Amino acid sequence: MPDPKRARPQPTPETRHYWEGAKAGELRLQRCDACNHTYFPPRPFCPACASRAVSVFRASGRARLYSYVISHRPAPGFTPPYSIAVVELEEGPRMMTNIVGCPQTPEALVLDMPVEVAFPPLDDDISLPVFRPAGSAA
Amino acid sequence: MKPGAVAIVGAAETTELGVVPGMAEIQLHADAALNAMRDAGLKPSDIDGVATAVTQPQAIAHYLGITPTWVDGTSVGGCSFMLHVRHAAAAIESGLCRTVLITHGESGRSGIGLGRPQVLPASLAGQFELPYGTFGPPTMFTIPVLRYMKTYGLTEEHLANVAVIQREWAAQNPRATLRTPITVADVLNSKMIAWPFRLLMCCLVTDGGGALILTAADRAKDFPQRPVYLLGTGESVETPMISQMADFTSSRAFRVAGAKAFAEAGITHGDVDHLMIYDAFAHLPIYGLEDLGFVGRGEAGAFIAERHTAPGGKLPTNTNGGGLSYMHSGMYGMYALQESVRQVRGIAPAQVPDVEVSVCHGVGGMFAASGTIIMGRERP
Repeated sequence: MPDPKRARPQPTPETRHYWEGAKAGELRLQRCDACNHTYFPPRPFCPACASRAVSVFRASGRARLYSYVISHRPAPGFTPPYSIAVVELEEGPRMMTNIVGCPQTPEALVLDMPVEVAFPPLDDDISLPVFRPAGSAA
Repeated sequence: MKPGAVAIVGAAETTELGVVPGMAEIQLHADAALNAMRDAGLKPSDIDGVATAVTQPQAIAHYLGITPTWVDGTSVGGCSFMLHVRHAAAAIESGLCRTVLITHGESGRSGIGLGRPQVLPASLAGQFELPYGTFGPPTMFTIPVLRYMKTYGLTEEHLANVAVIQREWAAQNPRATLRTPITVADVLNSKMIAWPFRLLMCCLVTDGGGALILTAADRAKDFPQRPVYLLGTGESVETPMISQMADFTSSRAFRVAGAKAFAEAGITHGDVDHLMIYDAFAHLPIYGLEDLGFVGRGEAGAFIAERHTAPGGKLPTNTNGGGLSYMHSGMYGMYALQESVRQVRGIAPAQVPDVEVSVCHGVGGMFAASGTIIMGRERP
């Protein structure tokens, strides 16, 4: 288990489906039933057209590395250097994450490289979606 | 706002800047406010409008003994003071109040009496960013840059050069925290903070404060200092989450605020004699120059390298040394405004000759908010 001092997300009624999905090994996004816009982070209405008719669906978990830094600063629960990245999901939205399963170096972390989601548990309740180079799964 | 309808008639920073362990945050506000009131020849009883950020305006009003008829607690990060200037101008024009005091104080280095907001674990940033080990602005504000570098071919040397040139300005400023000249190699060899950002590409963390006093331009000639007229103002916000910024190579909030201010002032970029762009990190002047329209997209790194923003250049920028070398308490926008006022008054330590028009552009949060204030020496 990671460091107990590490920051933990606190789900709200609007985001619970996302965190339940992560615990079940699914990356869940939302799509507007009216205009078909796919969006993140979660909310019970479409940020493009304001429709309240939206659906949760399971995303592919495939993404590309969009941008990142390699933090050399001490942070609770992390061992520097570690990547703090933004990935662009195959379905369109971008999200923050860590890239794991490869050296935390500029040489190993190449912009636009394909990555795929993994769900390491933070504790009994929360699994945190992170990404690793595509095809690197053990 | 009608260009030139409102003027800045008082402006001052705290008596000391840098490391000020003998003052709590509220006293940094007050020290700057007392200096600004002396600058304007006013007493607290002459003030009827109060604006500040993070600290609540009632705390400032009560501490200074002011009974306001108008307050503004807009708190959108380091550019909050640009927004206060804009809101105060509207309030003065519409008669809600006559004389506004805007204060900032922050014990960023010494941490005495802090009022800083926390990221709550149930907020969207608390759920979808903080768990990934973000730890303050150096690990968030910096994230978009690799995408910019890949898109436009900006180099690490370009980023380093921003800090080098601002240090040249700081060298002329006795109040600047860091004044020793540096080279691109010095910057690239300084401690790695969050690749590709080294220590010298990141702002200082210091203590200080500043205050401004605004009133109607019709009254401004009755004050002891030369008035600095507000020509145009703009503001906008985008997202509190850096991961959700729509375009990692350009700030929507910058573009919206900047365009609004230029349109209101009715000026062109060629009219601008002096520029301040809030530089929490070395990439901010690059984004700012492009998003305000001074150069085309992807051109700012070369523009700075060609020394156009340096001493003697055609667009003197961040002439106090900026957040990188002058001071940065956490919400730097107030210090950028102070430098624009000094340049328009003609009293800056590194004075640019004949500044008629100064543009002062601020950022709040991590590209979350923006405010642009255009000041002029003559009333249009």
